[in-house]
Amino acid sequence: MRYHAGDYDVIVVGAGHAGCEAALASARMGCKTLVLTLNLDNATGMPCNPAVGGPAKSHLVKEIDALGGQMGLNTDLTAIQMRMLNTGKGPAVHALRAQADKNKYQLLMKKTLESQENLDIKQLLVEEILVENGRVSGVVTHIGAVFATRTVIVTTGTYLKGRIIIGNVHFPGGPNSQFPSVTLSDNLRNLGLELGRFKTGTPARVDRRTVDFSKMAIQHGDEEVHNFSFISPVRQREQVPCWLTYTTEQTHQIIRDNLHRSPLYAGIIEGVGPRYCPSIEDKVVRFADKPQHQIFVEPEGLITYEMYVQGMSTSLPPDVQLQMLRSVPGLENVEIMRPGYAIEYDQVVPTQLKATLETKTIPGLYTAGQINGTSGYEEAAAQGIMAGINAALQVQEKEPFTLSRAEAYIGVLIDDLVTKGTNEPYRLMTARAEYRLLLRQDNADHRLTQKGYDIGLVSEVRYDHYMKKWQAIGEEMERLKTIVIPAGEETNAVLRELGSSEITQSTPAINLLRRPEINYKTLLNLSDDFTPLSNEVIEEVDIEIKYEGYIKKQLAQVERFEKLEGRKLREDINYQGIKGLSVEARQKLDKFKPSSIGQASRISGVSPADISVLLIWLEQERRRVAGGEQ
Amino acid sequence: MEDTIVAIATPLGEGSIGIIRISGPAAIDVGRLVFQPKVNQDWYIKDNYKLVYGHVVDPASREIIDEVLLSVMRGPRSFTAEDVVEISCHGGIVPLRRVLEVVLRQGTRLAEPGEFSKRAFLNGRLDLAQAESIIDIIRAKTDAGAKIAMAQLGGKLSDKVSALQHELLGLLAQIEAIIDFPEDDIPEETLEEMAGRCNGLLKVIEQLLDNADTGKIYREGLRTVIVGKPNVGKSSLLNALLREQRAIVTDIPGTTRDVIEEVLNIKGVPLKIIDTAGLRETQDLVEKLGVERSKQLLNQADLILLVLDAFTGLSEEDLRVIDLIKEKKVLVLINKIDIARNAIDQAELKKLIGFSDILEISAQKEIGLDRLEQSILALVLEGKITAAENVFVSNSRHKLALERAKKHLQEAGWGIHQSIPPDIVSIDIKSSWEILGEITGNSVTEDLIDRIFADFCIGK
Repeated sequence: MRYHAGDYDVIVVGAGHAGCEAALASARMGCKTLVLTLNLDNATGMPCNPAVGGPAKSHLVKEIDALGGQMGLNTDLTAIQMRMLNTGKGPAVHALRAQADKNKYQLLMKKTLESQENLDIKQLLVEEILVENGRVSGVVTHIGAVFATRTVIVTTGTYLKGRIIIGNVHFPGGPNSQFPSVTLSDNLRNLGLELGRFKTGTPARVDRRTVDFSKMAIQHGDEEVHNFSFISPVRQREQVPCWLTYTTEQTHQIIRDNLHRSPLYAGIIEGVGPRYCPSIEDKVVRFADKPQHQIFVEPEGLITYEMYVQGMSTSLPPDVQLQMLRSVPGLENVEIMRPGYAIEYDQVVPTQLKATLETKTIPGLYTAGQINGTSGYEEAAAQGIMAGINAALQVQEKEPFTLSRAEAYIGVLIDDLVTKGTNEPYRLMTARAEYRLLLRQDNADHRLTQKGYDIGLVSEVRYDHYMKKWQAIGEEMERLKTIVIPAGEETNAVLRELGSSEITQSTPAINLLRRPEINYKTLLNLSDDFTPLSNEVIEEVDIEIKYEGYIKKQLAQVERFEKLEGRKLREDINYQGIKGLSVEARQKLDKFKPSSIGQASRISGVSPADISVLLIWLEQERRRVAGGEQ
Repeated sequence: MEDTIVAIATPLGEGSIGIIRISGPAAIDVGRLVFQPKVNQDWYIKDNYKLVYGHVVDPASREIIDEVLLSVMRGPRSFTAEDVVEISCHGGIVPLRRVLEVVLRQGTRLAEPGEFSKRAFLNGRLDLAQAESIIDIIRAKTDAGAKIAMAQLGGKLSDKVSALQHELLGLLAQIEAIIDFPEDDIPEETLEEMAGRCNGLLKVIEQLLDNADTGKIYREGLRTVIVGKPNVGKSSLLNALLREQRAIVTDIPGTTRDVIEEVLNIKGVPLKIIDTAGLRETQDLVEKLGVERSKQLLNQADLILLVLDAFTGLSEEDLRVIDLIKEKKVLVLINKIDIARNAIDQAELKKLIGFSDILEISAQKEIGLDRLEQSILALVLEGKITAAENVFVSNSRHKLALERAKKHLQEAGWGIHQSIPPDIVSIDIKSSWEILGEITGNSVTEDLIDRIFADFCIGK
């Protein structure tokens, strides 16, 4: 029996990384929000590796944070190791990576949800989304409770018709022995959405008491304390190491001998898996001449003996998994606590979405996270916060909020998804960004915090910090132009030591800072005119001055890019009726309904000539309208 | 800010004047860079709609390119409603092409088909009724242009550029894989190795620029051989063509004593007539040089003019020559049609010679020479006369693209040398790859991602 159980502005289905960010965003923006999940203990679970960040992903976390999201803070507060990657590869690609304590991460996020004003969380399985007069009106749960709402954000991850595969055993299930969500998948299909089927997998978890670390290389966290959040309270952190070992020829032989038992090669798996996250059997087959593959053994947390074996993702049968693991130095006596498995799931083809992550066909219905064909906690969270923001803005009858490819990795991610789609679980990479030098993790606040503040998501505390930091940066950049470093033996001795050429006359500090081998901290030794500034200010001054020329070049490219982004296309344009478009362009444009000329130009099959035709058509329309009004 | 665009505004190969049109915010500045007025030093300040006499000078080499007339039309009072500069040059393909390239090097870009009209319309200079015809132009020219550019490319140049692009992508994938997957054990290249790869690629680009097939025709002329049996009228034909054209004719001593080359200009296409000596001695080519040497000579030819006798018909000698040149680009000329018409069965001839064009002429009476010239131009420009502009333009486009790709690669090499970090060096390498993609029509980010996963074993 169905019964009315409540009224909300925004209902979020699922409490993973996407769902939690979505719910927090909409609640913080003042909308009455409800999270429905099939297991409250599983909020922001990490069913794959216990890590947050890395290239492009740490950029996302910083952006989520700059907008007023939770992932950065939650990681800072629960991390058990942090390292800055890529420090020698340039400012654009510095990337923070954290080992998270899985249990702590979940508990803290759940508590954050519980403490959030305007937000209810309930353990209920959603079976149906109600649509009235073409738009979302509510959700129905498995016990008959019906909630009315104006917007629904579906963030069901890999649960839709999830199927777990371990060797030749397979059964319906969500990740980590959860229930799958079966009826909702059919419901989405009935609502007219096109679904695809993807696959991903995870390695075994082993008992740390059966691991011989003496045969592995230790990997410590950085001594310097790093944080994701621009307003992190964490000043010191207890850290634990990870361990590095390698597969052996024996491992590869075991895999080759048992390939016939792999569900992948036996054809049990139909879904498309990600290339960046291949199973070990895949790696051994595809890169047959590689003598060894590296294996990281990572702690899953401080209050568990379970360890994650990165590099050994597999869906081979458990007996083979054990043999395989035991052929790796340090794991000779290892015991498996949870076997590795593959999971197949239904996914919404993301080209059916607008850049706001609202479905094009059902107003009020949003999808975010792994359901949209992505992979990764960070990619999910990034979509979650954007869907949450836009659902809230729709409720408040305000303009939607989107980010362009030139503004944020979030923009790159969502534009790739909704414009190009994806034929494998999508992972963000810095190589996907056109304006990488502008989208650094260090300046995410400069790019996004004002925007987050304007839509009512950024707190006063965060906003204040941001204003002060960037004011200090601006002032210091100006001041550097006026400070002169005197020539002389004292200065030249320092320069010589750094392998920098000596100066013969007094030189503006800013000119010295442009030299690759000299950084801001060097200047402190060359002049008394410096008072210590915070590291984040120094880092920014260094980057902005040293890479000024390259940054300016990218800014000029962005200017051209934005001109086309700024030419908006209405949703109701009948492309079939536009003379001069190629047949393919008409079909694609009709299907995608791009929101701007810029987006149209990125759809495959739409040529520059088609774009010219569209521009002329837009001008024709404008004049016809102007003529009609006279 | 809009790009500043440039194109040749007059039909190619016709007329004694050719106009290069530049439109956009930088048009006048570009004019100042390439144009040296005889008087009117302050033309760019005050002269509007006035012709200014002077020279186009390459700002890099200070070389005088052409004697020209220049006019300025300031926006909004111009066709596009932007600042427009028009340079009237001598009409041949060579000067036009060189002026165009000099202008392109000053940071302008080649206009897309119909782009001047498109800008005129978008800036309110043309009325609604004209919009449709602009769309027609964009459509028609783009489709034809793409086909011709591909046909032109088909073969060596395209293969070479594709190979180059493949290499560049490999270099880029290497850098990007290490950036995006720092924890995977991807073999890292040393700076020296990377610099070495950059240098290797630079050399290939330089070679391409030196040997660009297309450039060669305009720089050195189309290597042309006139063949036919004695007394068929080869020398009359040459003399007639020499009389027809108004350009300079020079004698260039050949590399061997018996080969003398003569350069003549057919509708702007320089034709280098080879072995005119043998031709004047009214000897049979094959008889004189022997089969091997004749084959060699004919193989070097870009174009062969086969002259047959309308009066005597096909002889043994003719058949021998036809056999040698079946695979080549041949224009068949049936000469002496003022005397006789029916001695040669054209249908049968077609069977023998394949798909070559057959023209009837009289070298003596100068009949049919105009059609001959048209046919030569058409052949050079790969197909139809109407397509001339596209092919011509695609030549310049390719050459400039190679030059730009080279510049970015040089900067990348410099950056590696200066220890500029890889995330920044990769910007130039990527630009270089994308620019080559303008030639091959192929450079999407997905290719890079595919390459990373194809080349490296990545994954947790």
